[in-house]
Amino acid sequence: MTILNIFTVIPLAPLFAACFVGLFGKKLPKYFSFGVPIFGVSIAFALSVYSLYLTLYGFKLNETMYTWLASGGYIFEVGFLIDTLSAVMMVIVTFISLMVHIYTISYMKDDDGFSRFFSYISLFTFAMLMLVMSNNFLQLFFGWEAVGLVSYLLIGFWYKKPRAIYANLKAFLVNRVGDFGLILGVALIMFWFGTLDYQEVFNRLPALHSQDIVLFNTSISLVTLIGVCLFIGAMGKSAQVPLHVWLPDSMEGPTPISALIHAATMVTAGIYLVARMSPLFELSDFVLSLVIVIGAITAISMGILGIVQNDIKKIIAYSTLSQLGYMTVALGVSAYSVAIFHLLTHAFFKALLFLGAGSVIIGMHHDQDITQMGGLKKYMPVTALTFLIGSLSLIGTPLFSGFYSKETIIEAASLSSAWGANFAYYALVFGVFFTALYSFRLYFLVFCGEERWHNIRRKKNEHGLKSKEYPVESSKIITIPLVILAIPSIFIGMLLIDPLVYGNFFDGNITVDNKIHTNLDLLAIHYHGVWSMAVHSFFTLPLWFALAGVLLAWALFIKKIKINFKFLNPFKNILKNNYGFDAFNEKYIAKGILKLSDFLSSKVDIKIIDHTFVNGSGRLVNYFANKLKLIQSGYIYHYAFFMIIGLFLLISFFVRT
Amino acid sequence: MIANHILSIAIWSPIFFGILLLILNKKISIRKINYVALFGALVSFIVTIPIYKNFNTTLSTFQFQEFHHWITPFNINYHLGVDGFSVPLILLTSFMTIMVILISYQSQKLKSASYYSAFLIMSGLMIGVFCALDSILYYIFWEAMLIPMFLIIGIWGGPNRIYATIKFFLYTVLGSLLMLIAFLYLYFKSGTFSIIDYYYLPISLEAQILIFLAFFMAFAVKIPMWPLHTWLPDAHVQAPTGGSVILAAIMLKLGGYSFIRFAMPISPDATLLLKPLMILLSLIAIVYIALVALIQKDMKKLIAYSSISHMGFVTLGLFLISPLAVEGAYIQMISHGFISAAMFICVGILYDQTHTREIKKYGGVINKMPLFTAFAVFFAMANAGLPGTSGFVGEFMVILGSMKENFWIAFTAATTLILGAAYSLWLIKRVFYGDIGNAVIAKLSDINSREFLILGSLASLIIFVGVYPKIISDITNSSVLQFIELVSFSKVEML
Repeated sequence: MTILNIFTVIPLAPLFAACFVGLFGKKLPKYFSFGVPIFGVSIAFALSVYSLYLTLYGFKLNETMYTWLASGGYIFEVGFLIDTLSAVMMVIVTFISLMVHIYTISYMKDDDGFSRFFSYISLFTFAMLMLVMSNNFLQLFFGWEAVGLVSYLLIGFWYKKPRAIYANLKAFLVNRVGDFGLILGVALIMFWFGTLDYQEVFNRLPALHSQDIVLFNTSISLVTLIGVCLFIGAMGKSAQVPLHVWLPDSMEGPTPISALIHAATMVTAGIYLVARMSPLFELSDFVLSLVIVIGAITAISMGILGIVQNDIKKIIAYSTLSQLGYMTVALGVSAYSVAIFHLLTHAFFKALLFLGAGSVIIGMHHDQDITQMGGLKKYMPVTALTFLIGSLSLIGTPLFSGFYSKETIIEAASLSSAWGANFAYYALVFGVFFTALYSFRLYFLVFCGEERWHNIRRKKNEHGLKSKEYPVESSKIITIPLVILAIPSIFIGMLLIDPLVYGNFFDGNITVDNKIHTNLDLLAIHYHGVWSMAVHSFFTLPLWFALAGVLLAWALFIKKIKINFKFLNPFKNILKNNYGFDAFNEKYIAKGILKLSDFLSSKVDIKIIDHTFVNGSGRLVNYFANKLKLIQSGYIYHYAFFMIIGLFLLISFFVRT
Repeated sequence: MIANHILSIAIWSPIFFGILLLILNKKISIRKINYVALFGALVSFIVTIPIYKNFNTTLSTFQFQEFHHWITPFNINYHLGVDGFSVPLILLTSFMTIMVILISYQSQKLKSASYYSAFLIMSGLMIGVFCALDSILYYIFWEAMLIPMFLIIGIWGGPNRIYATIKFFLYTVLGSLLMLIAFLYLYFKSGTFSIIDYYYLPISLEAQILIFLAFFMAFAVKIPMWPLHTWLPDAHVQAPTGGSVILAAIMLKLGGYSFIRFAMPISPDATLLLKPLMILLSLIAIVYIALVALIQKDMKKLIAYSSISHMGFVTLGLFLISPLAVEGAYIQMISHGFISAAMFICVGILYDQTHTREIKKYGGVINKMPLFTAFAVFFAMANAGLPGTSGFVGEFMVILGSMKENFWIAFTAATTLILGAAYSLWLIKRVFYGDIGNAVIAKLSDINSREFLILGSLASLIIFVGVYPKIISDITNSSVLQFIELVSFSKVEML
């Protein structure tokens, strides 16, 4: 078995499992439905860890599996690039996927679509692995769209819910807007670089980096245009403003996939793409500044929205949006390794939070409104504790994983000299406050305080606890993944910050132009190990902002201090309407396109082209035929008369010449 | 001996079985008629396999040539031969005929012998079009093919079938007559009807433009290109399922194929001159027609418009005249053959049970037909150009190819990513998802094994071509290069 074959097994094992369960799952006993996918993902996980182990010792593989197409001198291939960057992603994807697979056994146990669900999440694992393992843009695009497909299928998993099938269509279409940018970027690369292979593209970058092309009669840098196009793709998948609108709605899907797809893995594909393309993005300050500004706006504005949500999953969804904004800012300030580092820690604690939310949702009998919960700590101790760990990690409590990654991003932004970095720094610092506020509002309302679910009267078919029912801790199959995820949520940050951010782990796979972007070197000068970083944080703003957020949440929701928020009323509606993005899209874009379609269909196509020209020419022929048929009178002397006239005209014509 | 007549066998065996069915009509039971028809289609498919097997992909010349004198005074010959552009289309035709026979088992119980026979005869005639190297022979196949289609829509079609057939017929005949005039002109210029000779015939630019426009009228109607497209939605809506399948899968491809075979290489200078206009028309088809598709209320109309929009990629790719784009256009033709056929079959399966095609009357089909829905979602995704399906390959290559020409062409063409997904998936949402919409939906039953076989084999082919498109491009590669050479070769300078 060659080494390439081993890597081929990694994506194919989940694919095989997905096909097997998809085709036969319903006919076989239930343990096949989860056994086969878990086995497949376990293989993928084990081999991914092995790959990471190999790459740690300098192993790097960039090889073609087969030629997809060859045409006109261009060659399109399917192949793998295994280096530290992709190996880290592979381990994240397969590990979270494995946890979610196990968790799902219990979470979906009574659902009719049990085997269908396993088939989908295994298929997702395959697609995501193809995306991160790819060594070229073609396969990247395949994985990119394939994860979008599975996301579409899973958001609409409960296809009877009108909101679910609205959300999945919306998610796919908004993602397609991003993909539209991505494919243009890929086409530009294909045309100018003549290849879609990453390494080849990087090799040819120096020659093309000052190339200009003309658009709108002005010439702009090719690298900038490609960067903008690729970033539009990343914005779609990683849900950056204004293409973020699909992610909150995607919460209509079952909770395990919110953890896997819409928190830990798929939505980070855009981050991964930009990090992977670091040699290209480094060449355009314009694109980097765009990335910073978009990321900063997403981080702060989506964090604020987290405060006004009452649906437990929606809060975590807005939190994910905000954290993706943090990663994006990191990319923009050239701290690619830090972005990947935050992607890693975020994958653990956000998956933990989502799975914890799922556990709460089961405990509450599918009621998701946090204002109707309360005091669950007593009934669901494991869920509460692990949820607390996740929240502490998220808000950046010193020594927790999230602290190291987020603090480093903020530091990197503060040290950056890029245009927009200053704005981003303040946005991120204020973002920390809001993160702490919404996280602990959620935690306090759900797990502490009075048990509000006692007082709610429900109709027979409504979700939620009935009177005299009590929430119970979820089964071990659910709590064990929570515990397993809680461990890295605490420790992985301090373990990995040295090699990932300050070591040479990503050397050669992530490129930073140290001469222009000096912030990382400055960062390294300030860094003196994990302990001193924790101590140092007491002298920086973010920690105090986080503390302020927690305290405010505590005052409002535990102490129930009445603060007059009337002065915030003007903003309340704006926040409740999510800044009006949805209303705008609905009212102007969707309606506008439908109106245009209707006009083109009924006016242009049917009226002008079909009725006027097509049937009109038919009528014209008819009209003349009606006139001409009068000549066909049937009388011989009429015909003889015409013949004589004709003969006369012909003769006179020839005689004249 | 047989090896020399491999193309004739491919053309005449379905026609033979078609005529046999007409003779057997009413003499044997419907059940047996079904078997004979299926057997005929299978045999007709099997005899086309050697064409693919023995095809030498390294040659750009016409292979398996057959030559017999036919009408010697006018130098008209029975001359057949295939290149890389013909072979995949021949296989597609003979394969689709099997699908059509299989799908018609239920929906057309009456007069099935003549119905099947029309499809078998049409299959032979269409293969004839792809093989003919003599323009009169080509013209005869081209026109003769209209008759069975005319009958299929006119006899077995929907309530408004007469209007649709007449529109279809007049449109196509008008175009073909102009094409005939172009052939006659070329004959008087060269003294031959041989297509290969036309490629090297020097023609002045003015004459080239007229020839191109005459061909354009014939082929643009067939494809159809905007604004000559309005016959297609009507024809599709009125046609029975099998008719729609053949119309979408094969007949439209005749237009694209003929652009490659005639209009472009015979009048290369005119092609280059009119290239911007052709690209413009293609882009209009891609965007405008996709928008029109979005608002359709009838499932078949929606898919018909989607077809036109996808064929816009074919013409766009062809007129970009670069190897990548032309190859992309060609793969798009094959892929569209599978996908549009599959989608029309899906509509047919629903229609057989509900007798309506109106989107509004559906909702929640998935509850009753989960397996069928899985296929429908897959085909809709393929229609929206999902990578890994054949629908992606052609669009991707054409978008890449158009970037070479101009950023904005690629930009406009790439909007299909959004619009294609919008109309395909919105259709899925309204028809398949949600709770059971009404009492008719509640009575639906899922597909049987015959329908599973049909949809399953189409889905496998769509995935196969999507994952390994090289299988097609290997056949077409040398012909594409030859084609580019012919089109880039100025005939005006030869004068």
